[in-house]
Amino acid sequence: MGNAIECRNLTRHFGGNRKKEPTVALDDVNLTVEEGELFGLLGPNGAGKTTLLKILATLLLPTSGSVSVLGYDVQKDAQKIRPRINMVSGGEVSGYGLLTVRENLWMFSQFYGVPGSEARERIDELLETFSLLDKAEAKVRTISTGQRQRMNVVRGFITDPDLIFLDEPTLGLDVSSSRTIRDYIRKWVRDGSGKTVLLTTHYMMEAEELCDRVAVIDRGRILACDSPQNLKRGVRKDSAFTLELTPFAGIEEIAAVEGVRGTSIDSGGSKATVRIVTEDESAIADVISLISRKGGKVLSMTKAEPTLEDVFIQLVGRGLV
Amino acid sequence: MVGRAYPRVIGGVREPSWLFFDTFLPLLGIAAFILYYQAIGAPEVFAGFVVLGGAMTAYWLNVLWSMAAQFYWEKEVGNLQLYLMAPMSRMAVLAGMALGGMFFTSVRAFSTLLLGIIIFQVEMVVTSPVSLALVFVLTLIALYGMGMMFSSLYLLYGREAWHLSSLFQEPIYLVSGFYFPVRALGFWVALAASIIPITLGLDAMRQLLFGQESMGFLPIDTEILILLALAIFFIIGARFALNFMEYLGKREGRLTLRWQ
Repeated sequence: MGNAIECRNLTRHFGGNRKKEPTVALDDVNLTVEEGELFGLLGPNGAGKTTLLKILATLLLPTSGSVSVLGYDVQKDAQKIRPRINMVSGGEVSGYGLLTVRENLWMFSQFYGVPGSEARERIDELLETFSLLDKAEAKVRTISTGQRQRMNVVRGFITDPDLIFLDEPTLGLDVSSSRTIRDYIRKWVRDGSGKTVLLTTHYMMEAEELCDRVAVIDRGRILACDSPQNLKRGVRKDSAFTLELTPFAGIEEIAAVEGVRGTSIDSGGSKATVRIVTEDESAIADVISLISRKGGKVLSMTKAEPTLEDVFIQLVGRGLV
Repeated sequence: MVGRAYPRVIGGVREPSWLFFDTFLPLLGIAAFILYYQAIGAPEVFAGFVVLGGAMTAYWLNVLWSMAAQFYWEKEVGNLQLYLMAPMSRMAVLAGMALGGMFFTSVRAFSTLLLGIIIFQVEMVVTSPVSLALVFVLTLIALYGMGMMFSSLYLLYGREAWHLSSLFQEPIYLVSGFYFPVRALGFWVALAASIIPITLGLDAMRQLLFGQESMGFLPIDTEILILLALAIFFIIGARFALNFMEYLGKREGRLTLRWQ
């Protein structure tokens, strides 16, 4: 199989003039996604994920570099790419509230020229898969946020694209809805020959569970790109700890302790949970010493098997916030 | 085109209150002008000019707000990026909006015309139905073409283009002679205003409905030829403008930028 996506030295700047330097959203990105792959893009807010998706979706031009999608250049052949792609974003409010769920989906299918009977068949099938059949005749303005998001996901798939961009598709959804979407995505890639998904997500477990390969992006640069297993293997020589502490002022100084490669701190509530990746286990002694000096107290400490989140912390230096 | 016309039609059917607002409220506006003309003793034919202008206002407002500026709303709610990602022509989307709104706009226009004729006892004589229909159709094609061209601005700008739409709305009532013969503004102003298709469209319709009393600006045949040229110019121009502004929007990163 060929490549569904190929970015070579892709750079994208925003703004900038004689007085002000441009904002670099993507910096010399090289990325290849194979056809039939479920590919994840992980990065904190402002890392460049959405900019990259917009370029791939033919909505934005690169400042420099080359990008091809399904074998076509995004700058020259956008019209050849568009019939074969689709995009769904978490929390999107597209469509018209006055129309029913079925009518909205039918309208979007017509934008892609899906024949009427085929569109109706696909809509029914997908509504059933996503447990929305009983809401088919409900006006979109009357359905819940979760139902709306499931409808958006259906919208993305009714055109039967070869490549779909899913930008945090399970954002804010309950466990059951998220699972339905994840199961469908996995089945869609497995059953369709060469169907490709580019997924961005804030949920590490989701990326770990779904993706064949994952790229970690931060400040417009790809920091690592491999399968979740290989990425975790790379961290295995490091040590990952989860500490529960009483909150104290200066908790973020833990990240500066020698030998600490990255931290993720959740300090809301009466206790703080800190995930730490260290170069070797000895660094944890210095961490505990710092906590004591600052007046904090260690409530519990566990040494953990590295997860994708640890990979992320190690590469980016902080958690996904 | 059918896909985008669909929500307009369904929306109109599901919220029938528009029928009241679009049928009776425009009458208040034209009543004010007619009563004013009657008070100053203007010739009776001026009531006819106002009724005709009031009817055509429906199309002007539809072009300005329900088509040209519609991209602004679509951008704000996130529909625009889905439209632009889809493999359909941008003109088809806009034509769908126009077509979907055409029935409701026409109901407003014809009800204004009919009620205006009945209430204010306006006399009109259709001297040439074919010419009248031709002028009407050419005016609409040119007008909607201009709206499509104007909508391209929204691919790059947001609120700035919105202000431009607002700026356009009222002055056009004056310079296009919605409620009086445009010739009254003088040759050069009337000529400049002729770039807006509704100026010559209204003038030609006035001549065809009210004869000599209409104080026409140019001969009807000349106005039909100019309207034809405007229709071709705006439709072709819209195609280029939409492509060019989409390119600029993609280059500047403003195509799908919300809260502009």
